[in-house]
Amino acid sequence: MARITASVYTSHVPAIGAAIDLGKTAEPYWVPLFKGYDFSKQWLQDNKPDVIFLVYNDHATAFSLEMIPTFAIGTAAEFTPADEGYGPRPVPKVIGHPELASHIAQSVIQDDFDLTIVNKMDVDHGLTVPLSLMCGQPDPVKGAWPCPVIPFAVNVVQYPVPSGRRCFMLGQAIRRAVESYDEPLKVQIWGTGGMSHQLQGPRAGLINAAWDNKFLDRLIADPVGLSQVPHIEYVREAGSEGIELVMWLIARGAMADVAGGKPPVLRHRFFHVPASNTAVGHLILENP
Amino acid sequence: MALLRPYLDVPGTTIFDAEQSRKGYHLNQFCMSLMKAENRARFKADERKYLDEWPMSEDQKQAVLARDLNRCIALGGNIYFLAKIGATDGKSFQQMAGSMTGMSEEEYRDMMIKGGRSPEGNRVVGEDGDAQAHRQPQGAAGKKGSV
Repeated sequence: MARITASVYTSHVPAIGAAIDLGKTAEPYWVPLFKGYDFSKQWLQDNKPDVIFLVYNDHATAFSLEMIPTFAIGTAAEFTPADEGYGPRPVPKVIGHPELASHIAQSVIQDDFDLTIVNKMDVDHGLTVPLSLMCGQPDPVKGAWPCPVIPFAVNVVQYPVPSGRRCFMLGQAIRRAVESYDEPLKVQIWGTGGMSHQLQGPRAGLINAAWDNKFLDRLIADPVGLSQVPHIEYVREAGSEGIELVMWLIARGAMADVAGGKPPVLRHRFFHVPASNTAVGHLILENP
Repeated sequence: MALLRPYLDVPGTTIFDAEQSRKGYHLNQFCMSLMKAENRARFKADERKYLDEWPMSEDQKQAVLARDLNRCIALGGNIYFLAKIGATDGKSFQQMAGSMTGMSEEEYRDMMIKGGRSPEGNRVVGEDGDAQAHRQPQGAAGKKGSV
């Protein structure tokens, strides 16, 4: 039986990808941020999963306004890093896990979540920046990411986006799906995006460190309560793009304690302001 | 019965909902076209001519030509789509976001390094935070105007 061993939470700011790709990680502006991920890189090496289920959002890259799926699961054998207008990031292509992805799709749809199944999709910084932060810089051609990745894209661009409550329930369905897969795979689920940021209008640049840190506290200890927070609170308190944080609740919903198991072990917590326009948050929770 | 839209009283903020998306469909799809290098080159060679190939409103075209991102958003644009114009111009996301505040690039960057914009006074229209309508434009540009 496959199982979810841990969940990882991190922001996915595009400027972080650019800093890595352009060799700027040693600049004073970026040093404190990358320092927050030193532990995480070592942890991932020591706790290498067989598959990463990576929850992220597409930023008008693979999905334009032609089609706007609320939840989309990537079932392809591989996914190419997208050209978002600055040229594709120099990172390895992303190898999928079509068997597990198809299994999860079938199980989760039978569990009443209407996923869109995607067999052809480029992946943008929302997916590749978390991989870079956690895995370092494998050679774009000769190198590879440490394991297959199942991309799971959530619409947080056009309102209404899914509620925190629905995301949390979806995570629980994903956990059931993983546990009904026969092969004994170790699966990590990553929730990405956020934290507080606003990229538009006269309120651009909004950061709310107090709210973000309370979000981290509650994600660890009170995920059920946190999942009840309505969209409007995210918008007012964490900025219009802070709504990305609902994706963290998908990963949290997949943890064992939500289904009656033991509480997760907090292995790492990090918070930093700013990365470009954004507050960066990061957690690692292990299932005991 | 009216739809639930509780986000209309957040200052300096336009939520990209189905209504905005409908208004901005062609504007945003024009932006998507700039993800192809050959389209970026054609747009740069003659912006007006390229825009005229799209069934956008004249207001939308003027807002793009002026790079007035606040106006683009009011006319249905979404920042992740509009970012493709910025990429075509060689602008970073921070430069684009900052341009909507009236602050200079340096002023905006300094605000972010100091911890960003406070939510205090900026949660609901009618408070007195720096994102409220009566306090625009921000930064030195706003101070000049008030002297």
